[in-house]
Amino acid sequence: MSLQCKLIKQTDYFTIEVDFVCPEEKTLALIGPSGSGKTTIIRMLAGLHKPDRGRIECGGRTLFDSENGIHLSPQKREMGYVFQDYTLFPHLTIRENAGFAAKDVQEADYLLDYFGLKHLGDRKPHQVSGGERQRCAICQALAKRPRLLLLDEPFSALDVVTRRILRTELKRIKGERKLSTIYVTHDIHEALFMADEILPVVDGRIERDWLEKIISPASSSGAQTKALREPKLSLVY
Amino acid sequence: MMDFLPLYLSIKLAAISTLVLIGVSAPLAYLLVHVKWPGKSFFEALINLPIALPPTVIGFYLLFVMGPRGWLGAAWEKLSGGGLLFTFTGIVAGCIFYSLPFALQPIKAAFEKVDPRLRENAYVLGLSPVATFFRVIVPNSLNGISAAAILSFLHSMGAFGVILMIGGSIPEETRVASIAIYEAVEAMDYDKAAKLSLCFVPISYLFLLFVNRLSRK
Repeated sequence: MSLQCKLIKQTDYFTIEVDFVCPEEKTLALIGPSGSGKTTIIRMLAGLHKPDRGRIECGGRTLFDSENGIHLSPQKREMGYVFQDYTLFPHLTIRENAGFAAKDVQEADYLLDYFGLKHLGDRKPHQVSGGERQRCAICQALAKRPRLLLLDEPFSALDVVTRRILRTELKRIKGERKLSTIYVTHDIHEALFMADEILPVVDGRIERDWLEKIISPASSSGAQTKALREPKLSLVY
Repeated sequence: MMDFLPLYLSIKLAAISTLVLIGVSAPLAYLLVHVKWPGKSFFEALINLPIALPPTVIGFYLLFVMGPRGWLGAAWEKLSGGGLLFTFTGIVAGCIFYSLPFALQPIKAAFEKVDPRLRENAYVLGLSPVATFFRVIVPNSLNGISAAAILSFLHSMGAFGVILMIGGSIPEETRVASIAIYEAVEAMDYDKAAKLSLCFVPISYLFLLFVNRLSRK
C-alpha cells in the first residue's frame, strides 16, 4: 500500500512543510536531528495531529484533505503505530496487550511466538525487560493487520545488542507481510539497515543534502556518500 | 435499647449516593480532562462550589431547586408523582450535589495521571473514545476511583447542614445519624449521642486508612 502526503503545519519553532511518497511494500526512513519535526510528521500521518494544510492519501484512500475538509480519525486510518517509548497497557498481560486489537487470537499468538514472547504471555509489562516490552508493542501493532506501519524511533530506549536483534526480526516480518513502512529514526545505521529510501528532515523540511553535510570530508569517500543515498545492508553488516 | 435506624439510614444514604456519584463523576471527569469545550472552567468552578460554600447555604438553594416550583422538584413530581423535599430520595439528591466535588476531584486527578500515549495508542489500535474510556482509562485509574468512592461515602455519611435544610428530621425517612446525634444533644441525651458518635469513628478511621494505602500505590 503506497502513501502520498503533502503536509504543512506551523509548530512553535518552525513550519513543517514536507511532500513525499512511500511506495508500496517499501520502507521509508525519516531521519534527522532531534526536534526536527519527524515525530510530528508521523503523528500527522496517524491522525494524532491535524496538519494546517495538505493531503494524505494511502492506497487510494484520502485520509486528510484540507481543501475538502477530510480528516479521518486515527481509528479509521488502519495504520499500525509503534511509539518511541513503551505504551503497553499496564493493566493487561503481555498476551492481552498483543491481542488488544487483533482480528483473531491466533494472529496474536503467532506473533508472540515469532518474537519469542510466548512464555511471557501471562506477565504484566512491568515484569518484562525493555526489549520484550517493545517486541510486544510491535506484536500489538502488527496483530491488527495494518495497511501501513508507522514506527517512531521504536528502539531508541534499548541497548545496542537488543536493538540489532529487534530490527532484524522486524525487517523479516515486515518483508513477510509486504508492509509499507515509515520509520522515524535519528540513527543513520538503523535507517540504512531498515529503509529502502532515506528522507532527511531538518527543521520541518526535507533536506536531501543533510546526510552528505554531516559526514566529514575525511570520512566520506564518494562510495560512502553514494551508499547513504542508496542504502545497502553491506555497509552496516 | 439503642436505636440503630438513623445509622442504617446514614449508611444507606451514603451507599446510594456513592454509587450515583461514581457513575456521574467518571464521565464528567473524562469530559473535563480529555474534551475541549467552551465554558469548561466556568462549569468546573460551579460544580466545585460545595467545597467553598457553607452546607446551610447549599441546602438553602437546594430547597428552591428541589421544591415544587424548582426545576428539579417539578421534574421529579412529573416523573414520580411525589415531591422531593423531606423524603429519602430528596436527601440522596442533595447529597449528590453536595458531595460531587469530593468524588470528581480524585477521579479527575487519576485520569490526568494516565499516560496520554495510552489513549493515543488505543485510538490508533482502533478503539473508539467510549471503548478507550472503559478499556484503558478506567482500569488504569482504579486507585483514584476507589479513593473517590471512599471520600464520597464518608462525606455523605457525615452530611448534616444540607440534610437538615432539605430533609428535616423525619423518623425512618430523613433522620440520619448526624441529625439524630444533634437532636440527642439538644435533648441532653448524651448517652445516645455518644453511642451513635462512637459508631462513626471506627468506620471513618478504617476508610481513611484504606484511602491512605491507595494513595501510596
